Amino acid sequence: MFPRIPMLNYDVVVIGGGPAGMAAAVRAKELGLKVLLLDENDHLGGILPQCIHPGFGLHYFREELTGPEFAARLARKMVELGVEYKTAARVLEIKNYSDLEKVVVFTSPSGAYGVWARAVIYAAGARERHAFEIGIVGDRVSGVYTAGEAQTLMDIYGIMPGREVVIVGSGDVGLIMARRFALEGAKVKAVIELMPYPGGLARNVIILRDFDIPLYLSHKVVEVRGRGRVERVKVVKVDENLNEIPGSEFWIEADTLIISAGLVPNVKKLTAIGVEIDPSTGGPVVNDRLETSVPGIFVAGNALLINDLVDYVAEQGELAAEGAREFIENGGIGSRKWVKVEKGENVRLLAPHYLSGDRDVYLYLRVARPMEDVELRIPEIGKKMKLPVVKPAEMLRVKLKAEEIRKAEKLTVEVVRV
Amino acid sequence: MIYRFTCIVCPLGCAVEVKVEDGRVVGVTGHTCPRGEEWAVQEVTNPKRVVMSVVPVEGGALPTVSVKTAEPVPKEKIPELMRFLAKLKLRAPVEVGEVVAEWNGIKIVATRGA
Ligand SMILES: Cc1cc2nc3c(=O)[nH]c(=O)nc-3n(C[C@H](O)[C@H](O)[C@H](O)COP(=O)(O)OP(=O)(O)OC[C@H]3O[C@@H](n4cnc5c(N)ncnc54)[C@H](O)[C@@H]3O)c2cc1C
Repeated sequence: MFPRIPMLNYDVVVIGGGPAGMAAAVRAKELGLKVLLLDENDHLGGILPQCIHPGFGLHYFREELTGPEFAARLARKMVELGVEYKTAARVLEIKNYSDLEKVVVFTSPSGAYGVWARAVIYAAGARERHAFEIGIVGDRVSGVYTAGEAQTLMDIYGIMPGREVVIVGSGDVGLIMARRFALEGAKVKAVIELMPYPGGLARNVIILRDFDIPLYLSHKVVEVRGRGRVERVKVVKVDENLNEIPGSEFWIEADTLIISAGLVPNVKKLTAIGVEIDPSTGGPVVNDRLETSVPGIFVAGNALLINDLVDYVAEQGELAAEGAREFIENGGIGSRKWVKVEKGENVRLLAPHYLSGDRDVYLYLRVARPMEDVELRIPEIGKKMKLPVVKPAEMLRVKLKAEEIRKAEKLTVEVVRV
Repeated sequence: MIYRFTCIVCPLGCAVEVKVEDGRVVGVTGHTCPRGEEWAVQEVTNPKRVVMSVVPVEGGALPTVSVKTAEPVPKEKIPELMRFLAKLKLRAPVEVGEVVAEWNGIKIVATRGA
């Protein structure tokens, strides 16, 4: 089928060498599978090597680590177990010939290859939303970066992207970048947040106080101006329906604009083979093995849904590997009486979407708006969990027991006031 | 003087208030656990943070090594620490976890190898 390229042979190919992919490869190897991990970067770790702040691994390693330390631990496990991997290996295409016959095509410095595999674990992470996607207009100037680009420049290459900075988005990534700039002596002039509440975890919102950084809630950046380089950005207030309030606009002088407006699961290679996507997560629709709608294609980490904790990402990687083993051993996950999970009151997104009832599972979900003194309920099985606060920024994780799931025809998850 | 902030000891995020008179803490409210209280008092009297940065490295795969302080540093000392870190230069090989420098008795630990 690919007469001109060398073909390799593995049980499972893992696409992506971030925490999801590394955890998946480690688990697959432990389960006795012949596994190959591919990543387009020169180094393993995905985005972790550039996340130099602490806050990683409290659940998974029971220790607070920085991103590079978390990555190094998983990479060491891979090496100890002898997991095969290739960096600088970019996957171009997945071909799905039949359930147990897949080919992953990649290019690398030594040429193009195809890999025959029986299952694929897709852990390609997410991409960042950029300035055009959030409707910023104006001059085509230098000095506009996504948060990840700025983080790569500073924390991998040691280059300061600018001196007077405006940050769009008060999620964790935006706040953490605000701290990095401030620590390195830049002036962070403002963090601009569209919503009426900050988007990040409480432990990160504290950064604003540490460095006296003004936070504008219910505001958005609409325009950027400058000759060659950013000189000023236009900010406007929005009402509760997020519509711009006429006459409320003002300009902030800055040489750098950092866009931290959220991540989107990177699913292009999956949609190309017809994997069904859930519009609310932006990632694939999956069952409780993290198998997509195409049999034998599993997904984990930010490619599945945007996670805020790397611990959950690694957990999903392991689960996908266990799914892949079952798939390969039994020639498929098999048809079951899948129980569908549905979103109820104040649930914006959730995964997995279908549960088998033959295993305990974690449901991952996010609420649509912040609330206090609430209960997470699944009325079909009478499950109730009290929560003092819920915020869209903090992903919730609920464990369901196999026997609870088996009782139900479908499950509805809701977050309601008590 | 009353300080109001969100506790960050755990995900509950309690809204705590610390009352200070003549430079002394006279009351903490809003917290729901002793750890929160302790943190709130420290946050007002002597706030500390773990500090991270990158340091240039010669001969490694990447041009920098990331570092952190082995323990939290008093907040007002952070600019001084950053100036100290800005002068550091390392040479490969560097191991993750290696102490690459020391500043005022605080160890600076590499968090990425080179
Ligand atoms: C600024 C920032 C701060 C964060 N802070 C925290 C924190 O404090 N605590 C915490 O727990 N989490 C934090 N996170 C979240 C955590 O880093 C992510 O959830 C996690 O890294 C996602 O892992 P992943 O493996 O899904 O994806 P990634 O780490 O993005 O890895 C995906 C990999 O796939 C590769 N890839 C993509 N497409 C291809 C292809 N076609 N061929 C080959 N390879 C490909 C990419 O090169 C990349 O290496 C933070 C994230 C950011 C951005």
